[in-house]
Amino acid sequence: MSAVRPSAAAGYDCVVIGGGHNGLVCAAYLARAGRSVLVLEAAAQVGGAAVTHEFAPGYRVSACAHLLHQMSAQLIDELALAKHGLRFAATQMPTVALSGDGASLTLGATGLSGPARLSAHDLDAYPRFVERLARFARLLGPVLEQVPPELGTSAWSDRFALLGLGWRVRRLGRRDMRELLRIGAMNVYDLLNEQFESPLLKGALGLDAVLGTNFGPRSPGTVLTLLYRLAAQTGAGERSTAQPLGGMGAVCDSLARAAVAAGVTIRTAAPVSRVLVANDAACGVLLESGERIDARTVVSNADPKTTLLKLLGAEHLDTGFVRRVSHLRSNGLAAKLHLALDAAPRFSGLDAAAPGGRLLVAPSLDYIERAFNHSKYGEYSDAPAIEVTVPTFHDPGLAPAGGHVISAVVQYAPYALRAGWDVERERMADRVVDVLEQYSPGLRGMIRTRELLTPLDFERQFRITGGHWHHAELAFDQFFMLRPVPGAAQYGTLLPGLYLCGAGSHPGGGVMGTAGRNAARRILAKAA
Amino acid sequence: MSNEREPLPHYQEPLLQTPFHDRARALSQLDSFIPWSGYTTVDVFTTVEQEYFAIRNAATLYDLTPMVKYRVAGPGAQRYLNRLVTRDVAKLKVNRVSYCVWCDDSGHVIDDGTLFRLGEDEYRLCTAERQIDWLLDSASGFDVAVTEVTEQIAALALQGPTSCAVLKQLGLAGVERLKPFELRGFEAGGLRVTVSRTGFTGDLGYELWVAPEDAILLWDTLMTRGKSRGIRPIGSRALNLARIEAGFLAPNVDFVSAERTLRVGSSRSPLELGLGWLVDFEKGHFTGRRALLEERRRGPRRQLVGLDIDGNKPAVNALLYAERSARNEIGSVSSAMWSPTCKRNIALAMVDVPHITPGSSLWADVYLNRELVWERRMCRARVVERPFFAPDRRRATPPADV
Ligand SMILES: Cc1cc2nc3c(=O)[nH]c(=O)nc-3n(C[C@H](O)[C@H](O)[C@H](O)COP(=O)(O)OP(=O)(O)OC[C@H]3O[C@@H](n4cnc5c(N)ncnc54)[C@H](O)[C@@H]3O)c2cc1C
Repeated sequence: MSAVRPSAAAGYDCVVIGGGHNGLVCAAYLARAGRSVLVLEAAAQVGGAAVTHEFAPGYRVSACAHLLHQMSAQLIDELALAKHGLRFAATQMPTVALSGDGASLTLGATGLSGPARLSAHDLDAYPRFVERLARFARLLGPVLEQVPPELGTSAWSDRFALLGLGWRVRRLGRRDMRELLRIGAMNVYDLLNEQFESPLLKGALGLDAVLGTNFGPRSPGTVLTLLYRLAAQTGAGERSTAQPLGGMGAVCDSLARAAVAAGVTIRTAAPVSRVLVANDAACGVLLESGERIDARTVVSNADPKTTLLKLLGAEHLDTGFVRRVSHLRSNGLAAKLHLALDAAPRFSGLDAAAPGGRLLVAPSLDYIERAFNHSKYGEYSDAPAIEVTVPTFHDPGLAPAGGHVISAVVQYAPYALRAGWDVERERMADRVVDVLEQYSPGLRGMIRTRELLTPLDFERQFRITGGHWHHAELAFDQFFMLRPVPGAAQYGTLLPGLYLCGAGSHPGGGVMGTAGRNAARRILAKAA
Repeated sequence: MSNEREPLPHYQEPLLQTPFHDRARALSQLDSFIPWSGYTTVDVFTTVEQEYFAIRNAATLYDLTPMVKYRVAGPGAQRYLNRLVTRDVAKLKVNRVSYCVWCDDSGHVIDDGTLFRLGEDEYRLCTAERQIDWLLDSASGFDVAVTEVTEQIAALALQGPTSCAVLKQLGLAGVERLKPFELRGFEAGGLRVTVSRTGFTGDLGYELWVAPEDAILLWDTLMTRGKSRGIRPIGSRALNLARIEAGFLAPNVDFVSAERTLRVGSSRSPLELGLGWLVDFEKGHFTGRRALLEERRRGPRRQLVGLDIDGNKPAVNALLYAERSARNEIGSVSSAMWSPTCKRNIALAMVDVPHITPGSSLWADVYLNRELVWERRMCRARVVERPFFAPDRRRATPPADV
């Protein structure tokens, strides 16, 4: 991507393993602070799970993540991503809850609109509910931008960090504080049932709580995951849910340009096989090709299990720590279905503009919970919950003239499918198409090619152990100062000089870049 | 026992019997058996004193079978063990034995044990307690197989100044050339036995390892051939006295496994246990290394030391003070005895810094029960070097022909 810098012979200050978006963000910030940085990406292109790929001749789609709603405006600004080519095909995309009878429901920032018929109660309660959650999300927002404090230390910075959070909760005022404490540990099923009447509305809100997780709406902790997702979205501000022009890969292309402009060297098709250790500190990496690269600091964008158990190896770590890392829950449950269409898909009951939104197949909370049930026993669901986008609606360049693309996140599709994915992949794809056909009659006839990517495929393609959306489950016990595990929750690991900067670290996955940015801050603070 | 009986729930299963059980029961005058790692074993055969003096003056047999034994084998065995224990296993040669400890992430001792190198890639680890979960968790990422083989091997400790002579009587040619911590296989009179010059008594002694089928033959041969050398079986109590004199630690007596402690601060590091000489910081990473480095940098807060206490009443469970007025408590005794061989009142104790250097003088409150009248006595205690008893014969090769 750019000429090898003269410092290469003598090694680099920092080597970043993996050019996913977090690795690129981390590299860019490190380089801007004057470090010589090399990014080594295993794949032929950067981006990790935030890439655009051609899945049928002339048809391109975001291979994994497809909607950008969490990358903060500040980060985009700081790295001047607009200057480096980031454009949006659409912003402020509305969420549309599809209904089999065509009576869909659009969830806006401040209100609801039909054609679905809604009770006066729901119409009235919705804006207040959204408002309140937004207040809670704003409270959590700063937590995401923060290097988590370490428990059990006597460092004042750690205590202040916790005090700060307590203070912000206190400042919510009595009623909000009580409400936050009440709902914080609830499941989203109970919360939504107590707030709303419409199953369609509840299904749509509930899906956001469980998308990308190993949870159903009735699983404990799902209000927290919902708040967390909303908190991550607060930074996006006005832009809100957006579709990058050229697909998600365009975000990483602009990040790569920003990184290179800051002085970063990027090498693709350069898989790392080991982190090298000397005198109990990371001192470089070994590539699968046998090439050795020295560095004072090694940062890994790969998931925690890959980094710690495969690239570093248990030999350099303590047994108890390895135990914790091996027990990380990291099996994914979200699949991606891509359809290459001959014509524009039509969804019953949606007007011409609606397909440009984020379309949800989650007609009720029970529907989602039922879909989840199967996954507990290693089966996929015949009636999955789905988040659909039609990227070509805003960005026709992704398909040949007249053609269209559907990009759908499908839940639930367990990584460890009992029957094995190679046997079941096509059968599941048939089922998903059957479900979509109910909402978009005639869709099946338009399909030229289809592709179903399962968590197993994400593992193979993006080297994410278990293929999980967040690299490691985003749950209470793998959260904040426990993320991914105690001993590695401040981006550093137990091995001096080795850092984590990917989705497995706080604040988790989603194309957000915060883990990468926080990690860079931590590395720079340590060295200072 | 019929083989067809319904299996009992595990908590109703009777204790197992070792292959030596019938012989032990026949010789046990007191019928004094205690459980050890799921087996029933002898606490005292006749009297503790008789058995103790046999260790120091003749030859003794102690049934080691319940000692938990793990086979550690595979191309990654050495790397695995080096990451597990604090010592440098790369220095352990084939047919040698090494005493070692292993720690948790905080550098606190989980257990101690003896490590036998049986072959290029094969080791045996002997421990007092079961450790399989820690050993298996430690194996993740290494090309090694760890299996428990306790029931596949019967073992006897043959200890005492005449022990070598007894083995020679058995016809184990060249056994006198075995150096301390060396092991070798022998065959004599239809018996295949592995002999290691190891033990828990601090005296001349050996440990004998055989297949369970050969256990009775081994026992009988030793008892007959060893008669002229004063051989007798001993129980755990006499052995415990010998091990205190030798300055060895007993798990759950002198330290509690870090995997089992519940209270913060009650697990101990090897540095605190006075086992710093077992910790090799230069060999590369091992579990607990970073924590131990930090502890070494900070300096220990307390340490296990040997005490020589005035009087002749064992200072069992005594609290220790800096001054006679018992104002500042600075430690406590974990093992104590009157040593008949050293003629000293000795103890192992955990003592706070700075009272750990040899020569430091402290006070122990010793409780005496005089025909049910309790008396408390403040006795002066001095920190002394361990072991308390270390006769030259434990190292001499070949041992004197007695
Ligand atoms: C089905 C699905 C749908 C999703 N949808 C969305 C969405 O709509 N919006 C959203 O915001 N998020 C979404 N996500 C989540 C998002 O894709 C991820 O959380 C995010 O991309 C993770 O980014 P990362 O940089 O931390 O890690 P990754 O993108 O996984 O990057 C890690 C990089 O490290 C590289 N690597 C690994 N090992 C090595 C090695 N040994 N040597 C060299 N390189 C190596 C990999 O090749 C990869 O490029 C979705 C996830 C899934 C699974």
